[in-house]
Amino acid sequence: MKPLLEVKNLHTHFLTDDGLVKAVGGISYDLHEGETLGLVGESGCGKSVSALSILRLIPNPPGKVVEGEVFFEGRDLMKVSEDEIREVRGNKIAMIFQEPMTSLNPVLTIGYQIAEPLTLHKGLSKEESWKEAGELLTKVQIPEAAARLRAYPHLFSGGMRQRVMIAMGLGCNPKLIIADEPTTALDVTIQAQLLELMKGLTRDFGTALIIITHNLGVVARYADRVNVMYAGRIVEKGSAKEIYGDPRHPYTIGLMASVPRLDMDVKKKLIPIEGQPPDLLHIPAGCAFRPRCNYAVEKCQEVIPELTTLADKHEVACWVDVRRN
Amino acid sequence: MSEEIKNNGVLVEVKDLKVHFPIFRGLIRKKKVGDVKAVDGVDFQILTGETLGLVGESGCGKTTTGRAILQLDRPTGGQVFFEDTEISSLEEGELRPLRRRMSMIFQDPFGSLDPRMTAGDIIGEPLVIHNICSSKAEYRDQVEELLLIVGLDPIMADRYPHEFSGGQRQRIGVARALSVRPSFIVCDEPISALDVSIQAQIINLLEDLQEEFNLTYLFIAHDLSVVRHISDRIAVMYLGDIVEIATRRDLYRNPLHPYTRALLSAIPIPDPVVEAEREHIIIQGEVPSPFNPPSGCKFHPRCINARPSCSQEIPRLQKIEGQEHWVSCEDYLRAG
Repeated sequence: MKPLLEVKNLHTHFLTDDGLVKAVGGISYDLHEGETLGLVGESGCGKSVSALSILRLIPNPPGKVVEGEVFFEGRDLMKVSEDEIREVRGNKIAMIFQEPMTSLNPVLTIGYQIAEPLTLHKGLSKEESWKEAGELLTKVQIPEAAARLRAYPHLFSGGMRQRVMIAMGLGCNPKLIIADEPTTALDVTIQAQLLELMKGLTRDFGTALIIITHNLGVVARYADRVNVMYAGRIVEKGSAKEIYGDPRHPYTIGLMASVPRLDMDVKKKLIPIEGQPPDLLHIPAGCAFRPRCNYAVEKCQEVIPELTTLADKHEVACWVDVRRN
Repeated sequence: MSEEIKNNGVLVEVKDLKVHFPIFRGLIRKKKVGDVKAVDGVDFQILTGETLGLVGESGCGKTTTGRAILQLDRPTGGQVFFEDTEISSLEEGELRPLRRRMSMIFQDPFGSLDPRMTAGDIIGEPLVIHNICSSKAEYRDQVEELLLIVGLDPIMADRYPHEFSGGQRQRIGVARALSVRPSFIVCDEPISALDVSIQAQIINLLEDLQEEFNLTYLFIAHDLSVVRHISDRIAVMYLGDIVEIATRRDLYRNPLHPYTRALLSAIPIPDPVVEAEREHIIIQGEVPSPFNPPSGCKFHPRCINARPSCSQEIPRLQKIEGQEHWVSCEDYLRAG
C-alpha cells in the first residue's frame, strides 16, 4: 500500500542575524493511513519546524525549505500552487498547536472559528456550518455545545480551548492531523483526557496522527511508530515496541535512562545525558550527538552517520553498534 | 524491604495552615466579594533530612503552601513551626535571622534571575543581605565555591544570565539557594521548565546536595514520576486540601484516594508494552475554581466512586491504622 505521506530528504533553513540555522537537516519518513507517529526530541531539535514545513507554514524570510519533497496523496506539496496548498491545509491535513491560549482569535466567537473552515472547504451554508460546529463541539465532549458556540475564547479554560482546537482540526474530516505538543501546557489529568479523546477520534475516523512531543511516556502510550530527532535529523526510527524495547542510538538510550518512571526501582539513580542540547548555529562536524556521547569513536567526528536498517523497519544513524559496548 | 524513614525529628510542622487571597470587584469603590481559598487548612510535618513531595494540578495550592511555610505569603490562619519556633506569628525583623535557615528554588530559570546582575552577584546577594562575609575576598571565595558545588566553572561568575542555558541557569538558582547554608529548601517545580535530557542532571544534583549538606526538601511538582523518584514521603493536594499523605512506596503501591489513583494513572510509563496492559483511569471534568469550590468533598464532581453523601460531608484527613498513611475519603474510610 502506498503511504499517505512521504517526506523525502527535507531541509529547512533559517537565515538569522547570527548565521544560518539548519533547523531541519535532511529527514525522510513515511506515514500510512490511520497510523500514529510520535516525533520525539528536545526543544530545538527541529520536530515542530519539520511539521510546519510539510504545510509550507514556515515564514519566509527568514525560513525556507531549501530541499526535499513531501508527497501527500501523490502530489508533492512543495511544488503545488498557493491555492492548492491552501486546499490541503485545514482540509486534508489539520494542525493542532501547543498554545491553546494564543491559537484562537479572542474577538471571534468559538462557533464562528469552528464554522469558518467548514464554509471555506466544504462549501456549507452559514446555518449548516453552525449546526455542524455544534456537533463537533459535542464530539470533543464540551457540555451544552450549542449554547457554547456563542461564547468567546476567554470564557474557556485551557483544556476546553484545546478541545475547540481539536474540533476545528476534525471539522473537515482530514486524512492527517499534526498535533504539535498538544497537551504540554495543560494539567496532567486534562492531558490524559485530551490524548485519549484524540486517539479515540482518529481511531473512529481512520485518521493518521503525528504527535510531536518531548514526553516519552505519551509516545509510548499512543504511538505506533516513533521518530527520534536530534539537531535537525532523525537519529532513530522504528515501531514503538522496538524503539522502547531495543533502543540502538546512544541518544535514545540516554533519554530512556534519564527519565524517572513510575514503575522503576526508586533507589536507582538517573543517568543524565551530560552536556547541553546542541546549538543549531554551531552543529559539530560529523555526528551532532558526538560531544555528549559515551560511545563515540574517531569516525563520529568526521562523517555524519546516515540511517541504516537494522531489522524490519528499525533504522538507526550511528557508527557504533551499541550492543558490543 | 522496608522503606526507611529518616526519622531525626520534625524540622517543619504545619498546623491547620490557611492562605486566603481576597477578591475585589469594582473600579472606584473596591468591594471585597470573597476569598480564593488557595490553601484551606492543611496539616503535615517535614522530618529532618527527608524530602516531602507535594503534588497536585495547577491552582491546587501547592506553591502557596511552600511560600507560606517560608512566610513569603503570610498565612491567613494556622501555624507554621520551624524547629521549635512558631514562625507564622513572628514580625519581619524577627524572621530575618531565621530566613538564613531556609530558602527556595524557583520553577522558571528564565524569569527568576535578574538579567542585569552577573551570575556571581545573583549567587552572592544573600551573603550580602545577611552580612555573612567579613571581607571581599571571603565573598569571592564563597561565590566561587558555590559555583563549583553546583557544577559550574568559577570563571562564569562574571557572566550574565542570558549567556547561560536553561540547565545552567537552574544551577545558578540552586547555588543562590545554597549560599546562606540553609537546612531547609522549598523546591518549586525546579525541573519542569527544563529539557528532558537536562532534568536528570538537576535531579541528581539536588540529591547529591541533600546528602552532602544534610538538607531537608519540600519538593513541589505536578509530575508524580519525578516526585516519586526524589521523595521519601508524598502529599497529594487538591483544591487547597491535602487528600492523601504516605511514603512513596505506599502511595504508589496502594493509593487510596480516587484522585491519587487517577493522577497515577494519568502519567504514562515510557514503555509501550507496559502501557498496553495498564488500566487507564480517565477522570472527567476540570479542576473547579478555588473561588467557588464544590460542597462536601471538593473532588466529588469528578470522582468515579462518589456517593450522594460525598456532596454534603466534608472528609477529614485520617490515619490508616498501623501505617504512615493518611487519606481524606469517607468512602474509603468507611469501607476500610
